[in-house]
Amino acid sequence: MKSAMQIAADVRSGVSSASAELERTLAVVEQRNAELNVFLYVDVDGARAAASVIDSRIARGENVGALAGVPIAIKDNLCQVGIPTTCSSKILEGWRPPYNATVLDKVIAAGAVPVGKTNLDEFAMGSSTENSAFGPTRNPLDPSRVPGGSSGGSAAAVAADMTSISLGSDTGGSIRQPAALCGLVGVKPTYGLVSRYGLIAFASSLDQIGPFSKTVTDSALLLEVLAGHDPKDSTSLPEAAPSLVVHVDDGVAGKRIGLVRELYQGADDSVVASVHAAAQALRAAGAEIVEMSIPELGLTLSAYYLIAPAEASSNLARFDGVRYGLRVKADDVTAMMEATRTAGFGAEVKRRIMLGTYALSAGYYDAYYGQALKVRTLTIDAFARAYQQVDLLLGATTPSVAFAFGDKTADPMAMYLNDVFTIPTNLAGDPALSVPFGTGEGNLPVGVQLLGPGRSEAQLFAAARVLEIADGRP
Amino acid sequence: MTLPNGWEMVVGLEVHTELLTKSKLFCGCANHFGAEPNTNICPVCLGLPGSLPVLNREAVDFAMRIGMALHCTIAPSTFHRKNYFYPDQSKDYQISQYDLPINSGGYLDLPDGSRVTIERAHMEEDTGKSTHLGGSGRLAGADSSLVDYNRCGVPLVEIVSGPDIRSSAQARAYAGELRGILIATGASDGRLEEGSMRFDANVSIRKSGAPFGTRCEIKNLNSLRSLQRAIEYEALRQVELIEEGGVVRQETRHWDENLGETSTLRVKEDADDYRYFRDPDLVDLAPDQAWQDRVRAALPPMPAERRGLVVALLGEPSEAQLDAVEVVIDLGLEKYVHAVVDAGSDAALAVARAANEIAADVDHVDNLSVEAFVTTLTMEQRGELSATQAKTVLAELLAHGGDPRAIAADKGFEQLSADSLGATVATLIASNPDEWTRYRDGDEKLAQFFIGQVMKLTKGQANGKAVIAELQARR
Repeated sequence: MKSAMQIAADVRSGVSSASAELERTLAVVEQRNAELNVFLYVDVDGARAAASVIDSRIARGENVGALAGVPIAIKDNLCQVGIPTTCSSKILEGWRPPYNATVLDKVIAAGAVPVGKTNLDEFAMGSSTENSAFGPTRNPLDPSRVPGGSSGGSAAAVAADMTSISLGSDTGGSIRQPAALCGLVGVKPTYGLVSRYGLIAFASSLDQIGPFSKTVTDSALLLEVLAGHDPKDSTSLPEAAPSLVVHVDDGVAGKRIGLVRELYQGADDSVVASVHAAAQALRAAGAEIVEMSIPELGLTLSAYYLIAPAEASSNLARFDGVRYGLRVKADDVTAMMEATRTAGFGAEVKRRIMLGTYALSAGYYDAYYGQALKVRTLTIDAFARAYQQVDLLLGATTPSVAFAFGDKTADPMAMYLNDVFTIPTNLAGDPALSVPFGTGEGNLPVGVQLLGPGRSEAQLFAAARVLEIADGRP
Repeated sequence: MTLPNGWEMVVGLEVHTELLTKSKLFCGCANHFGAEPNTNICPVCLGLPGSLPVLNREAVDFAMRIGMALHCTIAPSTFHRKNYFYPDQSKDYQISQYDLPINSGGYLDLPDGSRVTIERAHMEEDTGKSTHLGGSGRLAGADSSLVDYNRCGVPLVEIVSGPDIRSSAQARAYAGELRGILIATGASDGRLEEGSMRFDANVSIRKSGAPFGTRCEIKNLNSLRSLQRAIEYEALRQVELIEEGGVVRQETRHWDENLGETSTLRVKEDADDYRYFRDPDLVDLAPDQAWQDRVRAALPPMPAERRGLVVALLGEPSEAQLDAVEVVIDLGLEKYVHAVVDAGSDAALAVARAANEIAADVDHVDNLSVEAFVTTLTMEQRGELSATQAKTVLAELLAHGGDPRAIAADKGFEQLSADSLGATVATLIASNPDEWTRYRDGDEKLAQFFIGQVMKLTKGQANGKAVIAELQARR
């Protein structure tokens, strides 16, 4: 499978064409989607039309952008004009957005060809893509196992060589965790670096859109396209998009990198071994490794499972059957809303709506939501202190390699614990990425996580590139 | 109205005003009353999945103007979500300001000299409008409901007074003065009948000096008259209830304009828990000093100041004149009055003509130049036009504009020459000897008789003052 960088170069130079690249993608989708359940919707006609436009523009000598002719998979919580957008929920049945998410506009403007919408845990709530109303996605590396979640479909699209890149969203690890379980690079950018306009919100203060790819450079390339201020998102950072690709080979010489105990302890032995091996590789490349502890991180899982559901309980209120999506008929408006929401939402979504509603209720707000916000402040301060000592942090992405279907569905807490290493950066608003390093049980890939202060993406990619090379992918 | 048996009412008002911004509070849709249903809508105000709000700076300008006019402190503020399910609210939450409003701690001085404190004046978005078909006409029991989202997301400022109001008349005066201020700031058109301003009244009673009683909130009063009537009714209801041994229950009440009474809407125990929390889609609002200075510099004089300037011109005005001044201030006509006075003519006449003749056709006030008004009143005062003729000229100026002298000539309003008037008066004295004798002996009422006769003979072209002068000269 060619990288996105290579596809764009080939399409620009005429070695290949957008249409040829798309047909290759469609052929793989045709071959594997029934088994893996990656795409909920494939926009064959739209993608073919878009590819042919790109080819004619190239024929006219136009510059079509950094992602010229690159097929891209889109997580189905991102709005695309006229394309069914479901969040893997029955409640959005039949809804087709009248507008594009800003990231869709951006990738299209850069010449990429959106192929279709990928499966996810309903409303991005989950860590295995088992919570989809349209069936689970299978891990292409071992179809008896989950691909992770919530962006499981977007991870599987790249892992199955359907596309070279895809878009996911990460609220508590929903890009990094499936990237780790599918052997990919996955990035949660600095909060505000990428516009959230058109991303159907799970938890607005935590959600960020980011890339999946097989190579570090492809993620840097895609994030360069995605990043930048958007006047339609009030929380979008005012600064211009950073240059990332040119810094990918900057290396880590002279950098101080903190190996954080709370970010790997409790993980499987193979995962811990990979983290230590990654530290060794970074040291070998000239970085100074500082072993450290950030005790506050032990509080973040609980805080996250109050803050994210609280915001979700409000964000998901609008799915009431009045304006769009599912409507279950009933005698009056209130009964219609109740019947619609009862039929339209899955069990995990209902669980989180109830949890969040409770956490915000009069008499409980201070003890739950208010307390969680304090933990969030402590977390932000703890990271800030850490980044006074070191440039980046290193840890595991997940406690284990990809697990089997049904392993954790019976116990929500077991599933929630999958995000214990990824959640802290979402609370802090800082960037982090997962990069494959070594293997674990079943010869399945292990992801190690690199974390940095706000807008440190270029440094994170440089460090990830060092690990990529050390892991044998030059 | 005073309450019986030493009871005193305690009233605080919450006033919602729509802001006259070009677009809505968080999107670019037109903020326009009266459009076809669901035409001023977009993904943001319709709350479509994935859409995000972006704060309208013009709405912040207006909110700060209101705060400044009410002597509030302007402070860094935040936006919260007020969560409740209702079909005319597209997101099933309302974005509002909660613990940190943009304006707080101000006051409003009323024309009678009393002061009402302003606790806060915060920004929030309006909801859409539901029409319930069949059943009672309310949501519960309707056969079907239609929702128009044109109003959804229209910017509002809610102005919350302290519990400082002690009578229904004071409540009305406060609401009226506030309306004048909102119009003066340009933030609102003050059109109560279109819902541009809506009042909620918190009413309780106590014996003078005692601690506050339990309050009831009367929702959605939409005229000054209903505001006053509803407060009176509610205060009396509470007096009767307590005197009969009952207890006032904290509740929200509905005012029925036709029945002239309030009734329970919901009691506090089943009030919604709105689960307020900071809206994570919006950032803090902290207008810097330069922004505040810009808004303050553009703030026009408020009604109290303007009223003071006009009243000063009248010396010791009568009640009727003070009412006329209110009309002049309310309609913003004082520039006409000041111009007349600057030209050396009578302020009282100017106030009367502005409050009656201009006000009668105020929609066309743009046709009437200040110069034309001054000229007309000067002609009237010099006796070149009778009062009736001056009113006719003003009506014509308002309808079509033009030059008052040309209009007067065109209508044949040539004043009688003094010689001709003198001859007419002499003829009338000769033909009405009894009346003349009584007038000469001091019966001033008969002046009106002679003026009427002169008018009849001259077809209204004579000036009443000139007639009196001719009569006096012959006395």
